[in-house]
Amino acid sequence: MAGPMKMRATLAGGYTDVRVLMTHPMTTEQQTKGQPHFIQNLTVKVNGKTVIEGEISQAVSRNPVFSFRLKGGAKGDQIEVSWLDNKGDTNKTETAVA
Amino acid sequence: MKRILACALLALAFTPAAAQEKSPFADYQRMTAEGSPVELFELGGEELWKKKQGPNSASLERCDLGQGPGVLKGAYAALPRYFKDVDRVMDLETRLLHCMTTLQGRSAAEAAKRVYGNADSPSEMEYLSAYIAAQSRGTKIAPGRSHPKELAAYELGRKLFFHRAGAWDFSCASCHGEDDKRIRMSELPVLSKPEFARPVMATWPAYRVSNSQFKTMQWRINDCYRQMRMPEPVFGSEATVAMNMFLTATAQGETYRGPGTKR
Amino acid sequence: MMQKRRGLLHAAGALLLAGLLKPMAALAAWNKAAFSSKTSAEALKSLGTPSAEASGGILIEAPQIAENGAVVPIEVTSNIPGTTSIVVLVEKNPYPLVAKFEFSEGALPFVKINAKMGETSDVRVIAAAGGKHYQATKEIKVTIGGCGG
Repeated sequence: MAGPMKMRATLAGGYTDVRVLMTHPMTTEQQTKGQPHFIQNLTVKVNGKTVIEGEISQAVSRNPVFSFRLKGGAKGDQIEVSWLDNKGDTNKTETAVA
Repeated sequence: MKRILACALLALAFTPAAAQEKSPFADYQRMTAEGSPVELFELGGEELWKKKQGPNSASLERCDLGQGPGVLKGAYAALPRYFKDVDRVMDLETRLLHCMTTLQGRSAAEAAKRVYGNADSPSEMEYLSAYIAAQSRGTKIAPGRSHPKELAAYELGRKLFFHRAGAWDFSCASCHGEDDKRIRMSELPVLSKPEFARPVMATWPAYRVSNSQFKTMQWRINDCYRQMRMPEPVFGSEATVAMNMFLTATAQGETYRGPGTKR
Repeated sequence: MMQKRRGLLHAAGALLLAGLLKPMAALAAWNKAAFSSKTSAEALKSLGTPSAEASGGILIEAPQIAENGAVVPIEVTSNIPGTTSIVVLVEKNPYPLVAKFEFSEGALPFVKINAKMGETSDVRVIAAAGGKHYQATKEIKVTIGGCGG
């Protein structure tokens, strides 16, 4: 039901650069006459441990793209990003640090 | 007529030759391109390229886009070009339509039924264009310029670019024919000049942030005709392919770096 | 006893289907009051951060002019030691609060997002570190390009 999601995690100088792309309409109250549909929660995990928790609004653009930075990191670390929207839909994606 | 003229000429000559000075939108364009949903369309296109469809239950993986059956590397950058098997010049989308009918056995009517999608549901052409164009990243733009029909297509495209018609007596050159013009804040590149055609053709097809849709060259040409209040061009028609040829040829030599991300 | 249990299960199932009772995985904190606030001040109050001192330790990288307000890239870095959260607001949006991120050990206080902006406005960023709050603002001009195409 949720559209495709893609993530890339690469080692940069002393940190891990994470970019995650999501498919989501992120419609606003204005656009839908009171029936907005948008992601509310984001969770970023490294090797199973939550390191970032985000609460976002309908003011985030459609098909959101987020960039995060993780401390240090090593090739093969498992990164997982999941989202939950205001209708209870969820999606997640995993990738190994390259 | 007045409104479109007012719109078209709502310009202050804000910089000499956009190609030389930094556009006020340079940072915006860089930052949106660095975090763009474009890749999701490339992924969707890859799936469709490999998906068995139609009465022949075949994928598009044997489709010859000009470099040999199934060869995608550099294929987009070398289009439009002449194809012997159909004895005509084709651009990416017309060639894809050809492969959908010949390889997959689909009817042209069915395959071309919904070539332009929307934000909730992109079209096959849009996904495929994203994927295939991405395989030309880093390749120099080099459409066919030797076969008589390729030369004829270029000539037709050039004539069409300057040909005034329709309710408002517009041509492409009405908006894209004078230096330093813009519509509201959007620069109007003079597309008949290489220095302006190059950055444009190197970044289409593209994801449009203003409507969250992935748009192709056939769409772009179609929509320009709509904005000029001219009749809607037929998808994949000789005229649209010729226009694409003219624009691509004017940009030849530029390193393709799409699919792009635009306003 | 069995009947009552089955009845309860059926009721829960019906509510689940009706979308009224969400499965455990779907329950997550989301500050509705803050996200429904119509001014920055209200939102910050709802977040429990009514005051924040200006700080040059918060870097906001964003274009001076956005070609379209549907997607405005905003990158935030906090160089304030011990930053645990970053909050992004767009002052003139109908609901100014755009996003809030909490960082644990293992994450740097950095984020890049794409926000919708209805018009030219200040973007305000609040960072929390060591029990205190800091802020920085940056104006982003929003235009509409093109002629409807």
